[in-house]
Amino acid sequence: MAVARGTIHGIVGENGAGKSTLMSILYGFYQADRGEIRINGERVAIRHSDDAIAAGIGMVHQHFMLVKPFTVLENVILGAEEGASLQRSAAKARGILGELAETYGLEVDPDMVVGDLSVGLQQRVEILKALYRQAEILILDEPTGVLTPSEADHLFRILESLKAQGKTIIFITHKLREIMSITDTVSVMRRGAMTATHPTSEMSVTRLAELMVGRAVELRVDKTPARPGAEILSVRDLTVARNGTERLKSISFGIRAGEILGVAGVAGNGQSELLEVLWGTAAATAGEVLLKGAPLDVSRGGRAAERRRQGIGHVPEDRHRHGIIMPFGVWENASYGYHRSPSFTSGPFSLPGRMKDAARELIETFDVRPDDPLLKTANLSGGNQQKIVLGREIRQNPDLLLIGQPTRGVDIGAIEYIHREIVALRDQGKAILLVSVELDEILGLSDRVIVMFDGRISGERVIEETDENDLGMLMAGVDQREGKNVTASKMG
Amino acid sequence: MDFDILIQILGATLRVATPILLACLAGLYSERSGIIDIGLDGKMLIAAFASAATAAVVGNVWVALGVAVLASSALALIQGLAAITLRGNQLISGAAINMLALGTAYLLSQTMFGTGGQTPGLGPDQRFMGIELPFHDALGGFYQQVVSGQSVIVYFALATVPLTWWVLYRTRFGLRLRAVGEAPNAVDSAGISVARLRYSAVLIAGALCGVAGAYLATAQAAAYTDGMTANRGFIALAALIFAKWRPYPALGACLLFGFVEAVGYQVQGNLNVDSRVLATLVDFLESSLPYILTVVILAGFVGKATPPAAGGVPYVKER
Repeated sequence: MAVARGTIHGIVGENGAGKSTLMSILYGFYQADRGEIRINGERVAIRHSDDAIAAGIGMVHQHFMLVKPFTVLENVILGAEEGASLQRSAAKARGILGELAETYGLEVDPDMVVGDLSVGLQQRVEILKALYRQAEILILDEPTGVLTPSEADHLFRILESLKAQGKTIIFITHKLREIMSITDTVSVMRRGAMTATHPTSEMSVTRLAELMVGRAVELRVDKTPARPGAEILSVRDLTVARNGTERLKSISFGIRAGEILGVAGVAGNGQSELLEVLWGTAAATAGEVLLKGAPLDVSRGGRAAERRRQGIGHVPEDRHRHGIIMPFGVWENASYGYHRSPSFTSGPFSLPGRMKDAARELIETFDVRPDDPLLKTANLSGGNQQKIVLGREIRQNPDLLLIGQPTRGVDIGAIEYIHREIVALRDQGKAILLVSVELDEILGLSDRVIVMFDGRISGERVIEETDENDLGMLMAGVDQREGKNVTASKMG
Repeated sequence: MDFDILIQILGATLRVATPILLACLAGLYSERSGIIDIGLDGKMLIAAFASAATAAVVGNVWVALGVAVLASSALALIQGLAAITLRGNQLISGAAINMLALGTAYLLSQTMFGTGGQTPGLGPDQRFMGIELPFHDALGGFYQQVVSGQSVIVYFALATVPLTWWVLYRTRFGLRLRAVGEAPNAVDSAGISVARLRYSAVLIAGALCGVAGAYLATAQAAAYTDGMTANRGFIALAALIFAKWRPYPALGACLLFGFVEAVGYQVQGNLNVDSRVLATLVDFLESSLPYILTVVILAGFVGKATPPAAGGVPYVKER
């Protein structure tokens, strides 16, 4: 791969294609077995991160490398101090931060504690760290995953101004549209190899997806218009407070049978709390929830088992923490949560044989690979793990399925599959609540969308009447159609 | 209680608090770097033995102090090897250090002196004795009993508090030390060696424990006796939590625990035989207070004690 100075070079590829490994080698976390790295034509040996920094490479990691209780200033000077005493470093850094803020529009208060900053600002601190170390080459790993659309736009403007100042930027993402809009050149990685490098102007989203997966991919989900039936779930004035702050502020909505309700929003605006209350793991402070007309007990947590019996399935947002037990076998996870149901028990004993049979069926039906129920779940790819969770919940034939971030950490091929399954479930007349931070996913799957901002519903849209810009504004709390009667968008 | 007794108690408080304070600051360095250190007690113990044995054989208390620091640092190095390089469980390696120290001290003292886990008694020239500051007699009272007349290690321990604060908050090393206990990945990606930082911290902890142990055997007492640290390492750990891993509050916590212990001695010393129940009660309170306070703190009654985020977790490069 070759990257020209003063350009923005995109790298795309599926999970496990080797993007992160490549970047880790560039930044000195790993060492290559063979091959060489040249900067400005000169061969450089990068054995540790400090070699990379010395060579002018700066990295903005997907998971920020920040010390949360430290101030911005302390984070910036860490590792780039001027001598043993801190005072001189601090004074110098303050000056340079001021200059950087002016040159690139990277304003951030140097005395703020990083843990108190928004994610967008934390990312800005990461960029500042790299620039403070006089990075000429800036690597950004999935930088927009955690940003609102407007924060992402701001980031893109910063990147453009960096480029204008002659910096070189390597931009890693799985969002193909971002590649198209910001990069000059794009490289595609597949199975550890760089399969193609093209000027972005010669590429299209579809073509990139094909190159990534190695076959034609259906990016748009084929679905017929919804035919909603009776109301399955009704949420009225739901309020959730945690540690004294209201995370959900009097939320009301409903979902009908045969309908997918998308919940859009930047992570952390109340979506997780909503899922937790509906799923019965957290308590609501006020409001009521009706399932098929009967009230659910939302006053307490610890009711997940009851919810399952009442006909609610749940694909949790954080698969690894709540969806599966990584060191367990596939067969155990395939019945996890339903392991006490009569089909898997005999008196006080569980029936591993039946669980394994069920797991084999699930593997067969949902095309889980490899197809061995005895395999440790941690050894499966993210996509296949998610198929196990989704399959397990679907097999219980729930009336309502709560889905959080269905394709987080899932590769394109499996995304396609999971999306089809979700639509198929809708067509069987199930009600589906889909929480996702991926706007494409919300737009592609939902029949109706509510957008959450700061614990409230900032807007509701029928899918045909909205687009990315409209939802993006709502995600930032701005309703461009204020005054318009949102109740009119109830499906009729 | 008249004023003289209070002054006596305060003087004793300083003496009793000194080894706890040194161990507590040792733990502060170690834990701020992300290494949970329950081996403080063992390091103090081996240092106590090493100093008493050296003082008895060589006769020079400063050499004894040096050997104590070396012995304690050697244990710290073993602990570092287990916790940092080999990425072992820090609680288990700390517990192992405590057992190793207890057994080694007993074995060596038995082999060297044949006295059943003790070292021979030390004379005044083989110990750290009180230093009389200028105007010791002239000023009298509080100055004479509390400020002056303490051993050099007491003054060293007190000086270590502002020194630690300065190192932690005003130096490059301190910045990196605090960072590595919170986010070792940030330190690593800044091009700084996580292992080297943690080894430095663990070795500083070893040295401070060495001084603490030498104080126990050659200043407070005049010999090593089996298990003489009497869990002071754990009381120091309790003080560290109580102080939320900060140097000045650590001083406060250690003085508080020292004060309670000193009051205990005073009460026990002045009781007649009839009040044995009271004596037991005082003894019980005195030895359990640090732990009771720790539980109260950890349960969140007195503010929140947030330990360094990466404490106890061996650092493994993520990607």
